[in-house]
Amino acid sequence: MNPQRLPNYWRQNTALIRTLLFVWALVSLVLSILLVQALNKISIGTLPLGFWMAQQGSIFVFVALIFLYAKQMDKLDRQYNIPSSKPDEQ
Amino acid sequence: MTVEVWTTIFVILTFMVYLYIGWRARVRDSKGFFVAERGVPAIANGAATAADWMSAASFMGMAGIISALGYDGSIYLMGWTGGYVLLALLLAPYLRKFGKYTVPDFVGDRYYSTAARLVAVVAALFVSITYVAGQMQGVGIVFSRFLQVPVGIGVMIGMVIVAFFAILGGMKGITWTQVAQYIILIIAYLIPAVAIAWQLTGNPIPQLAFTFGDVVGNLDQVWVDLGFGAYTEPFARKSMLDVLFITIALMVGTAGLPHVIVRFYTVPNVRAARYSAGWALLFIAILYTSAPTIASFSRYNLITTLNNQPLEQVQQLDWVQKWQTTELLTLKDENQNGIVEWTPDEKTSDISIHPDMIVLSTPEVAKLAPWVVALVAAGGLAAALSTASGLLLVISSSVAHDIYYKLINPNATEGQRVLVGRIMVGVAILIAGYFGIEPPGFVAQVVAFAFGLAAASFFPVILLGIFDKRTNREGAIAGMVSGLLFTTIYIIGVKFYSMPLWFLGVSAEGIGTVGMLINLVVTLVVSRLTPAPPPEIQALVENLRAPGDAPLALTDIGEEQLD
Repeated sequence: MNPQRLPNYWRQNTALIRTLLFVWALVSLVLSILLVQALNKISIGTLPLGFWMAQQGSIFVFVALIFLYAKQMDKLDRQYNIPSSKPDEQ
Repeated sequence: MTVEVWTTIFVILTFMVYLYIGWRARVRDSKGFFVAERGVPAIANGAATAADWMSAASFMGMAGIISALGYDGSIYLMGWTGGYVLLALLLAPYLRKFGKYTVPDFVGDRYYSTAARLVAVVAALFVSITYVAGQMQGVGIVFSRFLQVPVGIGVMIGMVIVAFFAILGGMKGITWTQVAQYIILIIAYLIPAVAIAWQLTGNPIPQLAFTFGDVVGNLDQVWVDLGFGAYTEPFARKSMLDVLFITIALMVGTAGLPHVIVRFYTVPNVRAARYSAGWALLFIAILYTSAPTIASFSRYNLITTLNNQPLEQVQQLDWVQKWQTTELLTLKDENQNGIVEWTPDEKTSDISIHPDMIVLSTPEVAKLAPWVVALVAAGGLAAALSTASGLLLVISSSVAHDIYYKLINPNATEGQRVLVGRIMVGVAILIAGYFGIEPPGFVAQVVAFAFGLAAASFFPVILLGIFDKRTNREGAIAGMVSGLLFTTIYIIGVKFYSMPLWFLGVSAEGIGTVGMLINLVVTLVVSRLTPAPPPEIQALVENLRAPGDAPLALTDIGEEQLD
């Protein structure tokens, strides 16, 4: 990559990471722990929502976040023409 | 056929599979031995990482602990999965780009310091040895419970099997056996989960049965009636602050565990590292989202089978007799009325159940066929052996690569490096086996150490090494030492010298979060008060941030060809 283009690539990458980590903290730390009592007043299926978030929902979100990151980075890599098919020689 | 016969068949069959794979994947050079020739496809590395990560504790212990803690057990569910998001977004792609052999490699190179490398080696060794002792104990439990083999002999059989594929195949052998072990352990976990979900709700999918069935609601009711407090009630057993801190410590600790991180050195490129973290968590999530079902449904089944039943009738159950001999289950009749009564007070309760029993006993309590019981035993062995082998490789590479090759004999040939690697795997197996047969009484206590130390040392140092170019040698060493010291003193003080929980009442399991914050602050401040890292290190960081396959200069082919 051209050294001049790296700062832009890096800025877009870190912005994406920030957004995804915000969601990560929101579902696990905020909704499942700090606000669990308020959320428990709502139900999902037969369970209180806060309890369900802590034991099921947050884990589903975690999986989605990682694949979303990989997909978005594929897009960014294409935009910056970064080859990714060949193995590294290190 | 009896459970014992089925178990023997499954154990022999699965062990033959591991041996065959180990033989097929044998290697000669150090790239094969330490990083599986960097040829592991993303999805296979995901399965291997999942097996590597899910230990005897995840397979046998976790659902049991959740079933005792209710909502508060979520610390393990979220803590041991949420760390993968940190790993996938913040560490794995860059460490793959860095592309060496071990975690201390990164610390030593990025901070241009042998001292930093040594601190990292010591931390990696301590974390891995702590962890491996628990795995070998798990092997012993399965053998003694299901085959009535003495614990010592069970551990020795496990040692021979691991030794065979780990010494011959190194990382490559370990990787492909871990893929097979993942398949066995997930099938072994899902069959009883599906069966118990089907039995209690008529819905075979554990996650749906948990959410839409009425079992958890009934369990809430039963718990309240027995005086335990509702199962879904938050913070009934731990404070909110403690739940928060433990969850963060487990997440950050997971992302910093060396045996998990090194798995990402084995994939072909940066893109594969990103995806394989996703596959790993997906494979882990299949087990982790089934665990709450097993936890709550088994507890409900156990209560309805045992509570308020005549003691004599309960004693007739085959599984009750067998589990009593392992002392994981004890039944008494405190008030001599001939009825088994379950109460929250340990002194007056007629029943005491060790958490390790929940998963392994689920098929028997639910009256499933003997071959299912046997399959669960084989799954428990797969979980323990796969994690043990990953840890053994970290112990081996820490000594063979970081100490022998990097510090003692930098001129070592390929052959010498692999030979030392193989010898170290052997030595590590002997140490692990010794701890498995003669478990030191403090093993349960030191597990908190593994996560606390990983959180307080590796995670901040690697994170800042990538995301903060200004972080230098002085900052990193000061940060690691202060984070490690604080965490170690707190855990040792609380666990062994009955020190009060003086930091806001945070327990030893959660203190790694504070240690990590101390490390981050100290590193940032000290780095800015001391000279910036040399230009070549700053260039190294620049290079890490660009995921291209070839070195920077070669990909610079001119703007007009881009976009």
